Amino acid sequence: MTALEVRGLNKSFGGLRVTAAVDLVVEPGERRLIIGPNGAGKTTLFNLVTGELRPDSGSISLFGSDITRVATRRRAHLGLARTYQIITLFPGETLLRNVTLSLLGLSPLRWNPVARLDAQRDLIAGARAALGRVGLEHLAERPVGQTAYGERRRVEIAMALAQNPKVLLLDEPFAGLSIDERRDVLALIDGISRDVTIVMIEHDMDVALEFAERITVLHFGQVIVEGTRAEVVEHPRTKEIYLGD
Amino acid sequence: MNLWLILAVNSITLGGLLFLLSAGFSLIFGLMRIPNLTHGSMFMLGAYFGVTLIAWGFGFWSAALLAGLGVAAFGGIIERFVLRRLVGAELAQVLVTLGLSFMVADACLMQWGGDPISVETPPAAVGSTPIFGMAFPTYRLVIIAIAVAIAAALWGLLDKTRLGAMIRAAVDDPSMARAVGIRVSHLFTIVFCLGAGLAGFAGVIGGPILSVYPGLDQDMLPLALVVVILGGSGSLTGSLVGSFVVGFLYNFGQAMFPELAYVILFLPMLIVLVVRPQGLFGRVAL
Amino acid sequence: MKRFAIALALLVLATVPLWIGNSYYVNVATQMLIYAVFALGLNVLVGYAGLVTLGHAGLFGIAAYAGATLINAGHGHVTVAIGACLVTLAAAAVFAVLALRGTGLGFVMITVALGQIVWGIAYRWISLTNGDNGVSINVRPQPFGLSLESAPAFYWASFVVFLVALGSMAIFVASPFGAAVRGARDQPRRMTALGYNVWLTRFIAFLFSGLWSAIAGLLYLYYNQFVSPQVVALSSSAEALLMVISGGTATLLGPIVGAVLVIVMKDIASAYIERWNFVLGAIFVVIVVFMPEGLVPGSVRLWRWALASRRPTLPASALGEEHSP
Repeated sequence: MTALEVRGLNKSFGGLRVTAAVDLVVEPGERRLIIGPNGAGKTTLFNLVTGELRPDSGSISLFGSDITRVATRRRAHLGLARTYQIITLFPGETLLRNVTLSLLGLSPLRWNPVARLDAQRDLIAGARAALGRVGLEHLAERPVGQTAYGERRRVEIAMALAQNPKVLLLDEPFAGLSIDERRDVLALIDGISRDVTIVMIEHDMDVALEFAERITVLHFGQVIVEGTRAEVVEHPRTKEIYLGD
Repeated sequence: MNLWLILAVNSITLGGLLFLLSAGFSLIFGLMRIPNLTHGSMFMLGAYFGVTLIAWGFGFWSAALLAGLGVAAFGGIIERFVLRRLVGAELAQVLVTLGLSFMVADACLMQWGGDPISVETPPAAVGSTPIFGMAFPTYRLVIIAIAVAIAAALWGLLDKTRLGAMIRAAVDDPSMARAVGIRVSHLFTIVFCLGAGLAGFAGVIGGPILSVYPGLDQDMLPLALVVVILGGSGSLTGSLVGSFVVGFLYNFGQAMFPELAYVILFLPMLIVLVVRPQGLFGRVAL
Repeated sequence: MKRFAIALALLVLATVPLWIGNSYYVNVATQMLIYAVFALGLNVLVGYAGLVTLGHAGLFGIAAYAGATLINAGHGHVTVAIGACLVTLAAAAVFAVLALRGTGLGFVMITVALGQIVWGIAYRWISLTNGDNGVSINVRPQPFGLSLESAPAFYWASFVVFLVALGSMAIFVASPFGAAVRGARDQPRRMTALGYNVWLTRFIAFLFSGLWSAIAGLLYLYYNQFVSPQVVALSSSAEALLMVISGGTATLLGPIVGAVLVIVMKDIASAYIERWNFVLGAIFVVIVVFMPEGLVPGSVRLWRWALASRRPTLPASALGEEHSP
């Protein structure tokens, strides 16, 4: 059974075709990298997979079940998690509270209007652990507004990891990070267990290539090249597309 | 039969007035994305200005024009000194126009008192005109004619002049318009003044029919809202169609179901907001 | 320290009729409590859910009218309370379903339309609401046989209701659901991706807000012994919004302070200035333009959100976190 399977996915905005007959098959535990020039439709593809955008045609399955018509919020409950290219944390809250909110999303507690959130020890312990996995446990009580950009990037990942997803979509996790920070985040991602299938969009080739086992190259919404890292790197069309990059 | 005809004429007349009122509102909302909750007050302010000007001896039509200009100037002041400080903050702009509408309404109350003031029909338009053997009140026909004339003028402005082209461009895509070099903030001021002036002018013209009284603004604003939401903002055609629809709904509703008149008026607006937020003809959704 | 201050404040409030002899001022204080309850309820929507509404006086008024109708039909006060709340909750549900079709500006305009419909019904559907003449009642409840006719007695009854309201708000704010409501305000897109049902969360918040508007409206009816279309006019909704915004939306104290402020100014203004509406409008303008945070510091979030001109499809990140590469 495949972890994530996309078949014949199409999406247009007005006259513009942003996703064109995309097929994508990701095996459980795989480390898949999606690359392509700006405007290739990478984030759109993620938005289609999470359901934030509805495809015009095509299908999406998660571990064998068809989720094409399933609401975004339910896909989270089915084990899909994502990070965002633009950091979307909850302003004014502490890091701990941010990650707690993430854990809360899958818990029936989220409808509870009488319990004390701060008293939910299991939930908060889980959030602390997630922060620990990204090396930020010492900043748990820090408000988001007082953290550095690199730290916020890691919180993005912690929020997604906290939900123990089966499929994790990382949208440009290295964006805006310094070289050292990229090393750290890469090590973090490497440390994620194989129970989690990871699909990453990235622009920065150096770090991303180290991560990738298989690579899908998108251009103008279409899959141009796909294969193992070695195959794709050597492929003439890849070089064509990235001329000058 | 006669009752329905009278109602129909009155509806068309009201539609004409509403068009003068809501064309400005629609342009302002389409261009500046501000639901100008001061618009009803401008109508009322114009009407009161007209009353005073007539009392000072001006003729009806000069009073109407001057009142329109006065309100236009007032609108310009508001736009320049208050609204421009809040560019981009749509909710803040709504709240500010709401606050301003209270201030204007109360200022009018302070200045002109609480009694309704009637406005005399201009002498040239008194009486009735026979059409197809039936007598129609002349003044109402005049209003309809004026509304049509101004609609044509506005259409000409938007469609045929460079200013109009700039306004249409800015309504469609403000950032693109700026990128192409259009001084969008100047357009804002021009359109706001134009809208305010039209509203003020309409207030005087409507005087012989509606008279002038405290609360006139609260009566007219919701009608303008309904017109623009029904017809679609930024669309002159929408304002025209919407105005007549509302004119009919209001008059016939009042006559046939007086207790539910308001519901009949607002229900279509609600339905449109919920089902087709950009209105029947508009491009810009709320 | 904070607990001590709160306890002291509550003690002071609880004993108002003891150290304010004049029943006129006790009544003013009662008004403050009633509107504080209303403002707290409104803030659930405006401050915590981030949904600005200009139609909430409609719900307040529906409760008052429903209560008056039931009382004058001879029902007991328990029936009245339950009936009025149920009717208002039903109305709130309808309001919510319709208003939530829009976001931001659309939401506001729909609430304006809904409020106007309620006003139109109150004003014109004379057989139902007696129109401009309003509806009077001449009884107050007698909980446990105690009379609430006197100003101090009614003040204390209102104080009890206020305490319950405050308590329920505090619990709501600290609860997981309260956190979900605020999360949906700040990052609705992310919340959906995290598994929350943002629409339903907002809907329930609307109902909760509506419930407290209903309770405040009923209290107002018993206090004033009269309800008229003015209660559901746009200016009443605007006043309520002003209470919330002037006090600040980020704390529980804000709406209370705002309610006190607006009532004080309304009563003082009407002693010296005949035109309260002018002052109300001017205050609105001044606060919106110069003091968007409100008077209780720390309510920056709503106005950052309002000031960031974002389309609904983008993440509502209001702290400028777009460090794009």
